Formats: sequence, C-alpha cells, structure tokens
Amino acid sequence: MPDSTFLDTTELVLNMGPQHPSTHGVLRVILKLDGEKVLGTECVIGYLHRGVEKIAENRTYAQFNPYVDRMDYVAAISNGLGYCLAVEKLLNVEAPPRAQAIRVILTELNRIASHLLWLGTHALDIGAITPVFYCLREREEALKIFEKYCGARLTTHAFRIGGLLYETYDGFEQEIRDFCTMFVPHVDEYEDLLTHNRIWVGRLKDVGILSGEECKEYGVTGPVLRAAGVEWDLRKAQPYSGYEKYDFEIPIRQNGDTYDRYMVRMAEMRQSVRIMQQAVEAIPEGPIMGKVGKVIKPPVGEAYVSIEAPKGELGYYVVSDGSTQPYRVRVRPPSFVNLQALDRMIRGGLVADVVAVIGTLDIVLGEIDR
Amino acid sequence: MSGLFKKMFLVDLFQGLWVTFRNQHPKYIYTEQYPAERPKVAERYRGAPRLNINPDNGETLCISCNLCALACPEALIVVTSERNEVTKRKDLTTFTYDTSRCMFCGLCEDACPVDALELTQDFEMATYTREGQIWDRQMLEEGPKPTQYKC
Repeated sequence: MPDSTFLDTTELVLNMGPQHPSTHGVLRVILKLDGEKVLGTECVIGYLHRGVEKIAENRTYAQFNPYVDRMDYVAAISNGLGYCLAVEKLLNVEAPPRAQAIRVILTELNRIASHLLWLGTHALDIGAITPVFYCLREREEALKIFEKYCGARLTTHAFRIGGLLYETYDGFEQEIRDFCTMFVPHVDEYEDLLTHNRIWVGRLKDVGILSGEECKEYGVTGPVLRAAGVEWDLRKAQPYSGYEKYDFEIPIRQNGDTYDRYMVRMAEMRQSVRIMQQAVEAIPEGPIMGKVGKVIKPPVGEAYVSIEAPKGELGYYVVSDGSTQPYRVRVRPPSFVNLQALDRMIRGGLVADVVAVIGTLDIVLGEIDR
Repeated sequence: MSGLFKKMFLVDLFQGLWVTFRNQHPKYIYTEQYPAERPKVAERYRGAPRLNINPDNGETLCISCNLCALACPEALIVVTSERNEVTKRKDLTTFTYDTSRCMFCGLCEDACPVDALELTQDFEMATYTREGQIWDRQMLEEGPKPTQYKC
C-alpha cells in the first residue's frame, strides 16, 4: 500500500538521460523535482569512458596524437593543437612560423564549426528548428576544407608534434578567404532568426544565471565565463601559436545568463573570422616541420599547456620519464569543469530550462568521460 | 493602409516563398542520391588501405620493413616475410590489416618508406562478417569492390 496519495507534494526524482537527445550525448541528470521546480540535480557521467588517458601510457607520443581527436570530437583540431603544444614544450621545440599560421587558421575554423554545431543544436533544444539547417550548411563548408587539408572531416589528426605533416593544398588561401566573406552575412542571418525573436529571448533571458565570482569558484572557463563579465581568454592572456600577432577582441557580456552566452558565442564567431582573415593574408613561407626526430624521446620532465578551445580552457599535462612513451597524460577538458556548474545554474529553475542550460554549457560527453 | 495592402496581396506569403525558391538553385542542393551518385571525396582522404604493386610486373612494392606495423597505434598490421637466399632481401609472404580496428589516422602511410601502403579514397568497406574486415594481402592489393548502382 503506498502511503502517499495522488495529491501529495513530495519531491519527485526524475532521470533525464542517458538517452535523452537534449543532453548532447550520454549524460544522465538526476533531477529532484517539486512540480515544475528543480530542487537539485546530480550528474552521472562515465557512459562514454574509453580510458584515453590510460591508453596514452601505452602509446608513443606520435601514436597518441590521433586519440586526442576523439575526446572533443566537435573540435578535434583544437585538441590536437593542445597536445602537440604540450609535447613541443617538453621537447623544447617550436613549430615554424608557417606551421603556426596554418594552425591558427585551422583552429579558428574549427572554433566556428564547433560554435555552429552548438548554435544549431541549442536552438533545436529550445524549439527553433530552422537554425540547425542553416548552421550545418555552413559547417559543411568548414568540414570540406578540413577534408581537403588533412583527409578527414571530424577526427582530423591534422597537426603533428613539431609542426605539420601536410602542406596546404592548391587554393587553400582562396577557400579560406571565400569562407570568410561568405560566412559573415550568414552570422547576420542567424541573428535575424534568433537575437530579437521573442520566444528565444523569453526562453533564454535570466535563465541559468552564473555570476563572474561563481564562475571563478567553479573554475568555469570559455564563453560561460566571458558572458559573466570576466575578460579572460587564453589567446590574449597567454598567447600561444602566434596569437599575439593578430588583432581581435574578447567579446564579453555582463549578465551571465543563457542569452548572454549565446551573444558571446555569436560575437566569437565574428572574431574568429577576423583572425582568419588576418592570418591568411600573412602566411609566411618556409618549412612546416620543426626540428623533431623520427623517434620522439623527450627529456625527463613535465609540461602543462592550456589553450583556448571553443568550449573553454583545454589543458594537457604530460609527464615524461625519458622513454618514448609518456608516463602520464592528464587532460583538463573544459566541458568537464563547466558541467559542475550545472547544479548551481539550474537549482530553483524550471524543468523546461534544464534543456536550455545544458545546451548553453556546450558540453561534449566524449571529452567529459574521456 | 499598408497593412491592408499587405494582407490583400499576401506580401508576407510571397516573401516567405521567395526564400524557399531562392534555395532551389542547384548550387544549394546538398543532398546526394547516394548509391547512384557517389560523393567525390578529397584527394587526401584517408579511406581503405591499399598495398601498391608495381604496375609493370605485378610485384609488390612492399619491402617488409615492418615500419607500418610499428607505427600503428592499434597494432593491427601484421607483416611476415622470409629471406630470399638469391637477392639477400626480405620477400613479403603475408600482410594482414585489420580494418575493423583501424581509425584511419594515416600514421602507417606516413611511416612507409617506399609508398607501398597507402590510404585511398575508397570508403565503402562494409562486409557481412567480422572476419571480412580483416584484409589479407590479396584484398589489400585489389581493394574493395563495392556494388555499382545506376540510376
């Protein structure tokens, strides 16, 4: 005999996921509900655990390179850049200027591709169907450039330790220029559809507020931090791969709600176009591979390199024991750290906003579970 | 007044339809009629592996150096060879490539010193059995033969 009646008001525990389409992968959120109100959440992760960090200990430095693409598969090139920079720091080499310029172009293009997928799926979660088609249409152009450059669309394996393996193909510069001129009007098009849309604003304004102080306490980085009014972008704060040469702004907003995070990411796409336009006009001539031997054997030591991935600060901590295989590779994925702010953002909110907040965090479960 | 005009002549409807018709241009059609119309993949596409042969005499280009097997992160390539007493060189006997575990990273083709092993533009590698995913030397030299459809 159940001791509660139909009309009782005790809390309800609801499992959202791991197969829920709006959790963007296999995230399980245990929601504690009082009617429509969320009393608390708990995230259960690990459904996509593949032991990437452990795999690294049994692979050589070059062999581990393709695995990092499979963590944040939406922004594989950023992952590759972070890992290559970390091992290059261990080896104490630097990629030649030409390689650095091409790396910047491809990483920024990847940032656009990642943000486009985020925008499309986020809008789809909220209920706007149209943007996803528009976003994937432009993302297709970016993926075509990746395929032409390195032979794969998603798990690219584009960069090698010490520089690049592939020289640019004929017409690479022109295609990047064409993409930049084509893309900016399309961002205006997305903004036409969404920015002043009453439903969009109503669903996003003042939802999932996270202040700058709270962001710092949680260690949240990326657009979520910048939407809370903290001007922190590793491309400016600790320039890597020649980012200090390019003129761009860090878009920030003050409120720290879901709408501001949307605005920050839209502005970031425009800034990425600016960086690409500057970089493509000034690709220096020269070699694309630094002085790295065939067998990569870094001296005993450790290196931590963090880069500004589309989702936030992506760090690689590599420990070398002097052999050809890393002793330990630790990844600091932005999604993993950003996800822990979910409870703070959604507590006291409504069930319908859970989807919006998960979407705005822009998480990729491959990166969280590794 | 202009609101009435808009309502009478269905201006909004035609504006909406104009967006639809503007996207009818063949340039904006992204759908591929797949089995009849195959996508044109990039030149550097990393697809099905191929073991190249010398087109003049049909001999393999592989020198059985085993570098591809050592470069492979998944250790899915097995190369065996025997020493030829006449030429004092290694002759390739078997070459096994397990495509079911391959992640097409391209490290094996980078490692090959004689351009014998190559990742090609073929991408249709489906088989009906798991064993069919393990390619032997003959399969690697001939490449996959997907069914061709015509529309």
